[in-house]
Amino acid sequence: MSESGAAPELAGVPVARRGLGGDRRRRLIMLAVVAVASLGLPLLGTNYLLTAATLALYLAYVGQAWNVMMGFAGQLSLGHSLYVGLGAYLAAGIFVHAGVGPWASVWLAAVACGAVGAFVGLLAFRLRIAGVQLSLLTIAFAELARIGFDHIDALGGPGGLFLPVADRNHLDLLAFRGPPALYYYGMLALAAGALALCALLLRSRAGYYWRAIREDEAAAEAVGINTFRWKMFAVVLSSAMTGVAGTFFAFYNNSLFPEQIFGFERSVEILVGPVVGGLGTLFGPIVGAVTLVVLGDGTTELLTRAGIDLPGVRQGIHGVLLLLVTIYLPDGIWPPLARALGFEARRI
Amino acid sequence: MPAASTIVNVVVSGVLTGIVYGLMALGLSAIFGVVRLVNFAHGELMTLAMYGAVVAFQKLALDPFLSMAGVALVFGALGYALQRGFINRFVHRPEHAQMLLMLALAIIVGNVLLLAFGPDARNVQTSYQLDSFELGPLLVDKVRVYAAAAALVTTALLGAFFRLTLTGKAIRACADNPLGARVAGLPVAHLYAVTFGIGAATVAVAGCATVQLIDVTPGLGPAYTLLAFVIVIVGGLGSMLGALLGGLLIGLSEALAGLLISPSAKSMVSFGLLAAILLVWPRGLMGGRR
Repeated sequence: MSESGAAPELAGVPVARRGLGGDRRRRLIMLAVVAVASLGLPLLGTNYLLTAATLALYLAYVGQAWNVMMGFAGQLSLGHSLYVGLGAYLAAGIFVHAGVGPWASVWLAAVACGAVGAFVGLLAFRLRIAGVQLSLLTIAFAELARIGFDHIDALGGPGGLFLPVADRNHLDLLAFRGPPALYYYGMLALAAGALALCALLLRSRAGYYWRAIREDEAAAEAVGINTFRWKMFAVVLSSAMTGVAGTFFAFYNNSLFPEQIFGFERSVEILVGPVVGGLGTLFGPIVGAVTLVVLGDGTTELLTRAGIDLPGVRQGIHGVLLLLVTIYLPDGIWPPLARALGFEARRI
Repeated sequence: MPAASTIVNVVVSGVLTGIVYGLMALGLSAIFGVVRLVNFAHGELMTLAMYGAVVAFQKLALDPFLSMAGVALVFGALGYALQRGFINRFVHRPEHAQMLLMLALAIIVGNVLLLAFGPDARNVQTSYQLDSFELGPLLVDKVRVYAAAAALVTTALLGAFFRLTLTGKAIRACADNPLGARVAGLPVAHLYAVTFGIGAATVAVAGCATVQLIDVTPGLGPAYTLLAFVIVIVGGLGSMLGALLGGLLIGLSEALAGLLISPSAKSMVSFGLLAAILLVWPRGLMGGRR
């Protein structure tokens, strides 16, 4: 159904047109430019640029994952740090205690996080917990994990879990240790994969059903959509994807603290990007992540270079961006930007 | 098993803390019940009030229990202005947009506090801070008793306002039926702003009452927001009596969990309570109306 163009028109979402129109060519050119630029970045970039770009890709990826649940299916999670933390601790614990690298444990992280997501979703959706209550339930689970992991001594408790420090000049693909470019390309692959997956999903049955549920759940149910099943799919997919990001985070950051990784700030950091970029859009999370890193971390870096150390500037800028976008651009930065670039509004 | 007198002491102290919790949550519940706004900046308002008390103590040498009236007045005015000039424009936006708006305000307030006061904890030290009342085997902190008394007085004033004054009755009419209130010619925008002002003022009282019990840091906000939400969900979103009951329940169970299990089990228990209530009684203890 997804390929034939005969997909049902739900909630005012028009069926994508086929063919090589001018719009499609422009999109391909833009994608090619972005692809070449991002593949070539490590060649010309300094380490700082590479670190910032890796962070932007990380935020784009987790934003994409969060967007599946909120942007597509309309279920607001304020506790996605739960899955980042679980994925990170699982992979790091296996690496520290059994010496097994992330290539094996990342699958386990995805499955485990998907299962936890399924548990949260099952509780929430079976009991018809929605809106504020759902958001608070997600925060509560993240907080429970934060307190719980403080008590797991095998994973370092509140003192933190540390991965053996990597030799940055030696590339060890098996253990995912190496120079910054390794992490950059790893995150680039993840972000591109997530983008492709979401593009596919949005044009498939799931994408249409999700948006129908997001716009009007009762109406979606009335036309025969099994809203429970599709909401569960969104939560499980979103949490599994976020768990993968957690595994990456563990091997990139090398130190994990329950206080930080499960913290509310981290959940907020995940959602600011897609909201600023454009909720429910394909490129919103990417645009949002780049905006956050350029304005937030860029400003912090400039201040640091000028010798000014102001704690809270980065998060403060995130807050201001979130505020301005919520007030003036309720659809986010990307939709108007895409129109300005000449893309058809319906296909962003 | 701890001695019976220890348990009684902990229960009394838990109830006193719970009364202050109830007052804090009352503001959130009133704002939600009337304006239908999910105030994700509630904990930040509380933190801001605590800093207000600290500044009043350091600059003006005012006891927090005296400065609380002034801080509450300032917060009431600020809350009124914020709702009238800003939030009122967003009351018809989707729920998630409002939540994100308040979340943005919360992040900004939290980080402005961090910029202004730095990350270190601040506190207020008064002469009676470590004193306690002795009633036979019972030993109760003076500060806790004063805090609970201030909270009770504020709650009673609030109850009287909503029951006895015309404005209060109009606000309750607004909560029951916003459209009907508009049709009847009530100034809904003004009433919403009054409600937000009252919510901000009550949380300011709670903040000033708490500042001698807990050192204040800029990052306290999210925890208090969460605590306030847990309380109002346990008690029933939008119900004022429910907020008080929820506050008592959470204060008591936190104190008992701290004594019987471990101090770090405190918040575990309140989240457990939240999960249990959501599962068994999704509308909370007093939320039967909707």
